[in-house]
Amino acid sequence: MGMTMTQKILAQAAGLEKVEAGQLIEANLDLVLGNDITTPVAIREMDKMTVKTVFDKDKIALVMDHFIPNKDIKSAENCKCVREFACKHDVTNYFDVGKMGIEHALLPEQGLTVAGDVIIGADSHTCTYGALGAFSTGVGSTDMAAGMATGKAWFKVPSAIKFNIVGKPSKWVSGKDVILHIIGMIGVDGALYKSMEFVGEGIQYLTMDDRFTIANMAIEAGGKNGIFPVDDLAIQYMKEHSKKEYKIFEADEDAVYDEEYTIDLSTLKSTVAFPHLPENTKTVDEITEDVVIDQVVIGSCTNGRMDDLRAAAEILKGRQCKKGLRVIIIPGTQNIYLQALEEGLIKTFIEAGAVVSTPTCGPCLGGYMGILAAGERCVSTTNRNFVGRMGHVDSEVYLASPAVAAASAITGKISAPAELGL
Amino acid sequence: MQAKGTVFKYGDNVDTDVIIPARYLAIADKKELAEHCMEDIDKDFVKNVKPGDIMVANKNFGCGSSREHAPMVIKESGISCVIAETFARIFYRNAINIGLPIIECVEAAREIEAGDVVEVDFDSGIIYDRTKGTQYQGQAFPEFMQKIIKAEGLINYINER
Repeated sequence: MGMTMTQKILAQAAGLEKVEAGQLIEANLDLVLGNDITTPVAIREMDKMTVKTVFDKDKIALVMDHFIPNKDIKSAENCKCVREFACKHDVTNYFDVGKMGIEHALLPEQGLTVAGDVIIGADSHTCTYGALGAFSTGVGSTDMAAGMATGKAWFKVPSAIKFNIVGKPSKWVSGKDVILHIIGMIGVDGALYKSMEFVGEGIQYLTMDDRFTIANMAIEAGGKNGIFPVDDLAIQYMKEHSKKEYKIFEADEDAVYDEEYTIDLSTLKSTVAFPHLPENTKTVDEITEDVVIDQVVIGSCTNGRMDDLRAAAEILKGRQCKKGLRVIIIPGTQNIYLQALEEGLIKTFIEAGAVVSTPTCGPCLGGYMGILAAGERCVSTTNRNFVGRMGHVDSEVYLASPAVAAASAITGKISAPAELGL
Repeated sequence: MQAKGTVFKYGDNVDTDVIIPARYLAIADKKELAEHCMEDIDKDFVKNVKPGDIMVANKNFGCGSSREHAPMVIKESGISCVIAETFARIFYRNAINIGLPIIECVEAAREIEAGDVVEVDFDSGIIYDRTKGTQYQGQAFPEFMQKIIKAEGLINYINER
């Protein structure tokens, strides 16, 4: 019986010839990640440990992104705690105001995540780096503390679901539509404890940004990780961004999968997840009644990259956001912000009546920078639409692609770009 | 090791955003944080929960964010055990790592109702509903996880190694 791509990476990291689903292993870690919400808790746990030093100051990444620039005194205290820890342990990859970005947009861009790596992060969307052929998964703060101290983590080797991607998507169909379609199909626990392995000739039509978006939301189907094969595009991305050595793993031909699905990109349509679960999906042409909205958010670790901002700008250019609607656009990192500035996208956004924010997770998790009042509705390119996620318990979040979010910003209701004649 | 208490019952996909909303995540003090446990789906939970009580839910309990604050506030509020059909994997890990007893059992999760008095024997994995007079066999933990649980969490387990 062969191994899946994920199983092969884990076997190598555990120093084993072979692993199988369900096996408990201890793996060496290539990177341990935390943010300003989860790292303070990890630091307090690490203080209880007999090991007082970090295992490798180059293999820890601490990213201040959720509540920065700090929204209040408590969040400032949290960042201060992490800053002092980073300084004390001389952590190489510490990212604070001015150098920061949303962690899962930032780390690949900074070349810290490459194919073959085993990465844990105290943030559920750590699964994003599977887009580059890494095994990466979200954990809690205690796992992060143990990882920082020992450089190891325990895993139960996951079984896998295979998604065979075929066909070529139409103009406005993006990675977000692919992953929302999949979550709608298998449900929010459809991949519980499992890896989601994406293969097939259709992958050539997915940009790296599409793949980051897809891997990012594997957790929204309950997945342990989402992972793509390493093709020329992924290699080119890593060569451009990283000096780290990468290692390519391929699934065995006789690898066993719990389930297999075929996703034909040519048949997909713009897809929206209705409140209050990412699995409550409808294609835009299935939405029969007007869903009038109060706010649009374009950004986050799911959709705050260049492809996303370019798609939004293409739609917003020369148009005006609907009167009374708040449109908030958040580039994922400082570099993305700068690139968007150089390409004239920021000007387009501001001229259309949107606001552009410094990189932050902010509104995605109801932190700040776009909180909803009771009864308000937001179309958002973020990843969760749970009860109260973006603010008041009676507010609503509709998850969509940047193209749908931008088109909706113009019309004031959930809309496909086609409604604007695009 | 045993737990006994009155049941608080919830449905499918109880996510970490409702267990502890992000608007409180900057709070460092566990007691203060626990005052907001479950408030977006059950504002009376904190008022009514007593030490030893048990939480029962259906599938995919703890889905969403990796915040360890979620199992932390459940433990801090006095809950002695969470029983569910299935747990989201990060929550599952976090609960074991911080020493919050959890147990998977489909039948128990479906049949036990709010207000029932329930007893759990962690060694055997047996769940007794004393109100209904029924009993269920829960999923026992693999030996490795039992060691972490016995050490009362991952940090102690590593320290002892």
